[in-house]
Amino acid sequence: MMKFERYEWVAITIMISLFIFVGFIQGWSVSLVILNMCIISAIMTMGVNISWGYAGVINFGVMGFLAMGGLAAVLVSYPPIAESWQAGGRGLGISFVLLFVLVIAVMYINKTVIQKRNRYILNSLIIFFGILIIRHFYLNATHNIEDVNPAIAGFLGGLGLPIIFSWIVGGLFAAGVAFVIGKVALGLRSDYLAIVTLGISEIVVSVLKHEEWLSRGVKNVIGLKRPVPYEIDLQNADWFINLVTYLNSSKLNNIIDVSDRQQVLNNLIIDGSGIFVKLSYAILFLIVMLIIFYFANKAQLSPWGRMMRAIRDNETAANAMGKDVVKQHLIIFVIGAAIVGVAGAMLVTLDGLFTPSGYRPLRFTFIIWIMVIVGGSGNNLGAIFGGFVIWFSWIEAAPLTTFIINQLTIGLEPTNALKLHLLDSVPYFRYLFMGLILLLILRYRPKGIIPEKIRHS
Amino acid sequence: MIDFLNSIIVLLNFIIIPGISYGSQLALGALGVTFVYAILRFANFAHGEIMSFGAMITILFTWFFQSQNIGLGILPTALLALPIGIIATIILCIISDKFVFQYYRYQKSVPVVLAMVSIGVMFVINAIIRIIIGTETIKFSDGQKFIMKAKQFKVMTGLNEGLALKSSQVITILITILLLTFTFWFLQKTKTGKSMRAFSDNEDLALLSGINPDRVVFTTWIIVGVLACVAGTLYGLDKSYKPIIYLNLVLPIFASAIVGGIGSPFGAVVGGYVIAFSEIMVTYAYKKFFVYLLPSSIEPTGLVQLLSTDYKFAVSFSILVIVLLIRPSGIFKGRVL
Repeated sequence: MMKFERYEWVAITIMISLFIFVGFIQGWSVSLVILNMCIISAIMTMGVNISWGYAGVINFGVMGFLAMGGLAAVLVSYPPIAESWQAGGRGLGISFVLLFVLVIAVMYINKTVIQKRNRYILNSLIIFFGILIIRHFYLNATHNIEDVNPAIAGFLGGLGLPIIFSWIVGGLFAAGVAFVIGKVALGLRSDYLAIVTLGISEIVVSVLKHEEWLSRGVKNVIGLKRPVPYEIDLQNADWFINLVTYLNSSKLNNIIDVSDRQQVLNNLIIDGSGIFVKLSYAILFLIVMLIIFYFANKAQLSPWGRMMRAIRDNETAANAMGKDVVKQHLIIFVIGAAIVGVAGAMLVTLDGLFTPSGYRPLRFTFIIWIMVIVGGSGNNLGAIFGGFVIWFSWIEAAPLTTFIINQLTIGLEPTNALKLHLLDSVPYFRYLFMGLILLLILRYRPKGIIPEKIRHS
Repeated sequence: MIDFLNSIIVLLNFIIIPGISYGSQLALGALGVTFVYAILRFANFAHGEIMSFGAMITILFTWFFQSQNIGLGILPTALLALPIGIIATIILCIISDKFVFQYYRYQKSVPVVLAMVSIGVMFVINAIIRIIIGTETIKFSDGQKFIMKAKQFKVMTGLNEGLALKSSQVITILITILLLTFTFWFLQKTKTGKSMRAFSDNEDLALLSGINPDRVVFTTWIIVGVLACVAGTLYGLDKSYKPIIYLNLVLPIFASAIVGGIGSPFGAVVGGYVIAFSEIMVTYAYKKFFVYLLPSSIEPTGLVQLLSTDYKFAVSFSILVIVLLIRPSGIFKGRVL
């Protein structure tokens, strides 16, 4: 089983004590909000870490896989919209069937027509006219769907299942996209691959942004169902009120006046319900994180993990030993992307809304990579640690900067232009911190804070 | 005949002129990326932010000159501030090399690590820009906005369609021609340029022949600074300056550099125009064009648009992927200056 070294225990202790510290300083609600995002970031980081740390396959498409996960959350949990299906379901069906036929036809031509020039001509003709016909059906159908009650619907809706299933579906969606990308691009050199995956993730997001029949596009999907209770239900539930009363009994018993007591209790219940909801999320996320962590570690220690390291460290030698490098690269790329997709679905579950325009590479690709590099590539605990620490500093950078600026400009008037300008630009200092952290880690601890363990076995 | 002329003017006005000016901006950017790639051998993700930084300094000095009532008459004041921006950008490049990139070069790190490092630099420059100038959209072009307005053209020629010519477009094209000529002359004719080409071709051989690598790298950063600042400023002058745009611009720039054959300066320029034209041509609605050209009986009813304009970015990447699949080394086999 896993055994932690001493410095790893130190890392775990640091992570936990950070949240306890914030809990006492800024309140438990804030602490739990940060914790939830930290856990999701840690899962994303583990996903990237699996492909980069185990096998050296670079994946800059994090944003696209997250968005696919988010799409899964919408498609699984949103109730189906019957009118939209009626308006455009058939047209869409026809266009997809036609697309399938087109693909089959092209494959058939590729197989049967030997002469290269004829093949090109035939293929381009078929593709051109095929797309013209498909477009006709497709545009009509999507137009009809988008016209159905555009203020609240205007898309096909989903299946109406509990949103928790979407975590698996999100992984599958992302894996599907990753399979296509991997088939196309994995033969490229690593820096080309970085650019190509970055670009394809942009394409994925722009499709989600503009195909309104599928994802409602920039109009966003709001009000996704939660896997945990709502605050308002909790506040009216007897067991919850009893629980809060029991937990705070010593404090409440000191208040003699009945109306005062009720007032205090009400406030406690409102605070408590918020914390309860966030805590339930945290527990759900933590379970997923630990499951992935367990299997990731197990895989790393297995013969398969050893083969991956061999491929990473010397591709030619691994190839000469009879390992199918191309296939293994594809497998690990897909697995990594699937884990990122799970995290994407969880992210949308936590927010309860899907905003395709919110997916930006700076926030959803590069920050995740900073987490991987800082935490330590090739080490799952390092990945979790990186996710926690970087997300924590991303959030806490703003209060810290405000404090520092106030200290540095203590001699200046409160209306001083420089001071006001600096205080206005507090949100941008976090980018500065992130960049500096990345540069310092790459310079002085290039293997990350918790480096990969070298095993001699 | 008139209809034919009208359709040509439509194409000229909506595709060719915007394509050439956007393509010039991409070409200058891609040329900068190519220089870093050929000499320093890594993909510089910070290039967009370097462009943005140059444009920002130019804007700050433009404001300063405007407040002092110094101007160029009909030309935008930004042209006066451009040299200062260029110097600042060169200094930025050299500082980032001295404090960051140099270490990894001496360590002979693999290209991926250097790419990661450039992401760190990107974050830092990005933060500096946002802290100094904020995230608002800034319009800083002044002077005469149009060389020829659509209305003037209509009156002049009597055609139905107007042809507008913005001065920023003409400036972009002229400066690009000037800069490209200079760059290629420098690479082909001067001793330093030749040593750079030798260095990018075979580093060890170049070192053996007594070429000073630090000098080559220094010159490279100077060229990159000039190209980046000019490209950034021209883009800002033509559209408008918005700090976050430049991060998105990195992707088409990379696409141009790779499509043209990364490492080949001529390829980068061609790639810039290829990407720009395909972005515009694929997303342009050709209805007007066909209305003039075809008899009214078979006039198109739809917009005759291949893809909606929302997919502009996607187009450049699809081309990138296709080129990488069919001809991985780009249109012009790259790798050497």
